[in-house]
Amino acid sequence: MAEGQASSHRKRRVRTAWLFLAPMLVGLTVVAIWPLARTVFYAFTDASLSAPGDYAFLGFENFAVAEDGYWYGLITDPLWWNAVWNTLVFAAGSVAIEVVLGVILALVMNAEFPGRALFRAAVLIPWAIPTVVSAKMWAWMLHDQFGVVNHTLMTLGLISTPIAWLADPDLTMLSVILVDAWKTTPFVALLVLAALQMLPKDCYEAARVDGVHPIKVFFGITLPLIRPALTVAVIFRLLDALRVFDVVYIMTGNAESTMTMSVYARQQLVDFQDVGYGSAASTLLFMVIAFMTALYLTAMRADVMKEGR
Amino acid sequence: MVRTTIARTLATLALGAGSLMGVQLAATQSASAQALSISCGAVGVELELCKAGVEAWSKDKDVEVEIVSTPNSSTERLALYQQILAAQGDDIDILQIDVVWPGVLAPHLVDMRAHNADAGTGHFEALIDNNTVDGKLLALPWWTDAGVLYYRADLLEKYGFEPPTTWAQMTDAAKTIMEKERAAGDDDLWGYVWQGKSYEGLTCDALEWVDSYGGGAIVNAEGEVTINNPKAVEALEMAASWVGDITPQGVLNYDEEASRGVFQSGNAVFMRNWPYAWALAQGDDSPIKGKVGVVALPKGGEDGGHTGTLGGWNLAVSKYSKNPDLAVDLALFLTSQAQQKQRAISSSYNPTYPELYADAAVLEANPFFGTLEETFTNAVARPSAVVGDKYNRVSSQFWSAVHGVLAGQQEAGPALAGLESSLTRLGRRGRW
Repeated sequence: MAEGQASSHRKRRVRTAWLFLAPMLVGLTVVAIWPLARTVFYAFTDASLSAPGDYAFLGFENFAVAEDGYWYGLITDPLWWNAVWNTLVFAAGSVAIEVVLGVILALVMNAEFPGRALFRAAVLIPWAIPTVVSAKMWAWMLHDQFGVVNHTLMTLGLISTPIAWLADPDLTMLSVILVDAWKTTPFVALLVLAALQMLPKDCYEAARVDGVHPIKVFFGITLPLIRPALTVAVIFRLLDALRVFDVVYIMTGNAESTMTMSVYARQQLVDFQDVGYGSAASTLLFMVIAFMTALYLTAMRADVMKEGR
Repeated sequence: MVRTTIARTLATLALGAGSLMGVQLAATQSASAQALSISCGAVGVELELCKAGVEAWSKDKDVEVEIVSTPNSSTERLALYQQILAAQGDDIDILQIDVVWPGVLAPHLVDMRAHNADAGTGHFEALIDNNTVDGKLLALPWWTDAGVLYYRADLLEKYGFEPPTTWAQMTDAAKTIMEKERAAGDDDLWGYVWQGKSYEGLTCDALEWVDSYGGGAIVNAEGEVTINNPKAVEALEMAASWVGDITPQGVLNYDEEASRGVFQSGNAVFMRNWPYAWALAQGDDSPIKGKVGVVALPKGGEDGGHTGTLGGWNLAVSKYSKNPDLAVDLALFLTSQAQQKQRAISSSYNPTYPELYADAAVLEANPFFGTLEETFTNAVARPSAVVGDKYNRVSSQFWSAVHGVLAGQQEAGPALAGLESSLTRLGRRGRW
């Protein structure tokens, strides 16, 4: 009897739990799972954007198919692999710069000095400007003829002729990475600053008593202690960087030297109206990001377990 | 009444944001008897002209016309139209469409003649043919375009050069003038600016180089890919040699307005652009007013020809419009001979009526219309008719290959060989 009561109580609790979860599950299904499922579904069709309802199944033909001795499909398209490579370069470059600069900025913001509140607010400004606006702004600043960047460098005598930051294929990727770093470093700095403010003071006092060099203090105490926060910052930034679209598209359009996976997928889907092929690209993009995230989390978990021991 | 918004989409977003606001918006729309929306470009003074034209039509009518401004890049504009039309949206009733789009957008456009039997009379035959798909007249020509060469008459005269007739002469004049002017202290002066960004504009520019050498139009009328030929290679090698020499490397990210910015601020000797730049370069606020000349684009060598890519814009009416009769009426008004004459005089938009090329007032405002009539009537067309709805891909592959050559990433020969095999695959050996 008592057992029955307990189990019915439990059942009620489970029911209540589902009830509370339901709105979020419905929301997720509508805005995430359903669109994702549709994209994967379309990846196996020849649907066109001008008539999305009218399609035939192609199997894996959007990914790879041999016809008349030629290979067609996404994984045989050099432009796709160029886009994958560009995305990886962009992600590695921008995240590396943002983490290093972000930590330095956070250390500065954490120090006590007059005007600190103002400094903290100023650092956040790039993060607060919408990407479309800041990317357009930078595109004008980097303009080879009218841009203020070239003007400044020439006035300082650092360069003799204007540099085409957004046209020279050797420089476009660097320019885009630097603009992204300018925009998102404050985000990393903020996460790291939060971690810095929670650090125990006693380690630092002990280090000071022992006369340890500040650089050694940073690498021996601070860095290991803020690592969990850095891990979170890196994963947020990595996910963002792998699906980058806005800053690249606004600054250099469809140019091949900076085309990322998202730009490629959009061009297929929108410019070429090929919903099937574009969805196949989007699906691969999703898989690449899922794979990278899994890899990163596994590496981190292995690290944490090693430490726990 | 004329209202302007960046895009109707914003209004839709606002509707989602607050239902109260939604109710108000719906109320204002139903208050007016009829509503139309027209999309206009915003390159140069297009938007102002469009507003003035719409105002003239709607002032004595109880119709509220909304002007939707669209992206300057024609590649992006087409994408926007395709998204709206694919969703069968009635967001835009009258669409300003490029000369290469009638085939691509055909399923979504109404037959003008079904609403007005006289539609399309008096225009250039070639343009009406271009806009007719399966016997239906899908768009009315608004203005026609061909690439032309602008030059600084004052600088050419100063150094004793005639307006060039071959690319070699142009290169020579540009280089000499640039070097001498720079030596005299004008450090910002360049020889030649054009449109080199990865977009449709580069396809137009590159097609002109290739055609001026007699290298064909990428794909011929039978659907065969003809781009890989020695003349096309020669043309691209010539263009690649300009970059970093007489042309700033930044041109690889320039569109029409960016190159006009450099030329009109007095920082280039030559510019390739469409005729619209004439009225602006001669405007009262232009630093180079009275110092500009226009000639046909140079020939590729002595055996080459003068050419220009056929451009120009048309007005089409969406099938999903709620007021197609009214929309066709506005399109007919805007493309009428009287309106086009006004646009030609005030802003040098090339009329699509042969009669206007003999009109004294038009010729007085645009002396080059008379001398370049040949160029405007014999412009080289992009291969949109042959390749149909694959045109976007063909154009994209062409401009990407050309961009790679201009940026020095690839030699012209291998780039065109690669393009040929890729286009042949795309076109399924000419079947398209």
